[in-house]
Amino acid sequence: MMDSSVGGVAVILLAAILTNNILLSKFLGMCSFIAISRDLRTAWGMGVAVTLVTFTTALLNYGIYYGVLVKDAPLCGADLTYLTFLVLIMVIAGFVQLVEMVIERFSPVLYYKLGIFLPLITVNCAILGVNLLMIDSDRQFNLVQTAAYALGSGMGWLLAICLMAGLRKRLEYADVPKPLQGLGITLLITGLMAMAFMGFAGMVDI
Amino acid sequence: MIYLYALIVLSSLGGGLALLLLIADRFLADYGPCEISVNDEEPFVVEGGCTLLEALYEQEIFIPSACGGQGTCGFCKVNVFEGGGPVLPTEMPYLDKSELADNTRLACRIKVKQDVVLRVKPEYLDIQQFRSIVIAAKMVTHDTRHVVLKLADEQEINFVPGQYIQVQVPSSDGITFRAYSISSPPSTKDEVELVIRLIPDGLGSTYLHEVEVGEEVIFTGAYGEFVLEEDVETELICVGGGCGIAPMRSIIRHIGDVSPQRKCKLFFGVRTMEDIMYLEEFEQLADEMSNFEVHYALSDPKHSSPWQGERGYIHESVAKHVNGDGNGNRQAFLCGPPLMIEAVTKVLEEKNVPKDLIFYDEF
Repeated sequence: MMDSSVGGVAVILLAAILTNNILLSKFLGMCSFIAISRDLRTAWGMGVAVTLVTFTTALLNYGIYYGVLVKDAPLCGADLTYLTFLVLIMVIAGFVQLVEMVIERFSPVLYYKLGIFLPLITVNCAILGVNLLMIDSDRQFNLVQTAAYALGSGMGWLLAICLMAGLRKRLEYADVPKPLQGLGITLLITGLMAMAFMGFAGMVDI
Repeated sequence: MIYLYALIVLSSLGGGLALLLLIADRFLADYGPCEISVNDEEPFVVEGGCTLLEALYEQEIFIPSACGGQGTCGFCKVNVFEGGGPVLPTEMPYLDKSELADNTRLACRIKVKQDVVLRVKPEYLDIQQFRSIVIAAKMVTHDTRHVVLKLADEQEINFVPGQYIQVQVPSSDGITFRAYSISSPPSTKDEVELVIRLIPDGLGSTYLHEVEVGEEVIFTGAYGEFVLEEDVETELICVGGGCGIAPMRSIIRHIGDVSPQRKCKLFFGVRTMEDIMYLEEFEQLADEMSNFEVHYALSDPKHSSPWQGERGYIHESVAKHVNGDGNGNRQAFLCGPPLMIEAVTKVLEEKNVPKDLIFYDEF
């Protein structure tokens, strides 16, 4: 059981951003991370979309999981936890559709820049990962802690993709050996970034 | 009991999400009626949410779009002065600096969300829609079909050789269109001949390979900015690869009709003997037209030993038969795959054919 004081919540937020960065410690959400990190503005847009979807679906799924799926839940007495995966992905998919409509309406430039990756947020493993990790029985997060964890994870992903976009901008002027150009050097840098983030490891942990 | 609960939970969740999306769709994707004004004419009203290309198509303003509105050909350029929104990254590869400065946009990329003011090239307003009946169809090689369309309602089509039409193709998302060069001469105004190579899983080519004699085909046209130099002193060099023979056939038959003495060279590159088409027809024309030369070259004639003609890539034939002295006016028209166009353009430039007189059509 985690500390639920304000300090405890801050620790969860910080840990989710830095020490337990969902992308760099668990390597979740790699496909869109690599594909969208060529340009800082697009990376920022994608990061914000992922943060928004992670945060909102985590809260929705928290309510559904503890309100309906677990044994002796207030809305349904039966143990339906075996439906967890199905329900989580259904809520994420539906919500992504909604986000897609909102972005198309209010920011067509971002909509076209994100292209195919917008609907693919649905299958961004970072989002399903956060949704599954927050209901991890070892942690037993409450609603506030879940919100902090989901927000922190989204922000951590945003931080990682923006850092990578900045680095790749500089890489355009670097003399990368031919066999490593493109995907190769990106994966190497991701590994180096992950090692750098491990430097935060002793700081906080969840 | 537990299964009943599971069923209730899943269906109510799915239903709730679907309802939420329907409500969002109703409010977010509803742009209401929008006014579109073309070339300072009286504006017309369309229901917002469709693309500008679709809106114009509905009003029978047929903007060229070889890819069927997929944003991959860059043909549907119009000048949008109001209501187009910011230039999208998907348009950038098709627009150069001067086009960006004069508000050129791709009509297929713009979603109509507000009133739009735009200008289209005046010749686009002359493009018409035609209903036609397939009156003949035959395979000219193992994968290429020759289709003859007879215009219905005694309509007539005016075009210049080298132009193309856009055929309406039924698809799972409604109707889309695909571009095909006209291969008949402009003197035949009530018929259009097409040469269609079957592309596996290709929407348009599959449709036109399956359509039977007697069935109706709807198309719009004619499109294309290629202008044939009508001066009989100008020598014509036509180079085709694959089904790039279609516009060449139109050009050469047109020359046969109007100025059979004109100097003209046809080069056609294919891989094997099975891919050869219209050779007899062109050889017969060469007998009738004294200054017309036909050169077919096979790039991969391994299994076609009976072939007595030229071997190798078509740009090698062009290098061999086009003289480089630069005397006299010459105009070249190329149609085929990008690599062929690139190689032939290089050869022609070496042979002193002016770059602005080399026209090409890549596919």
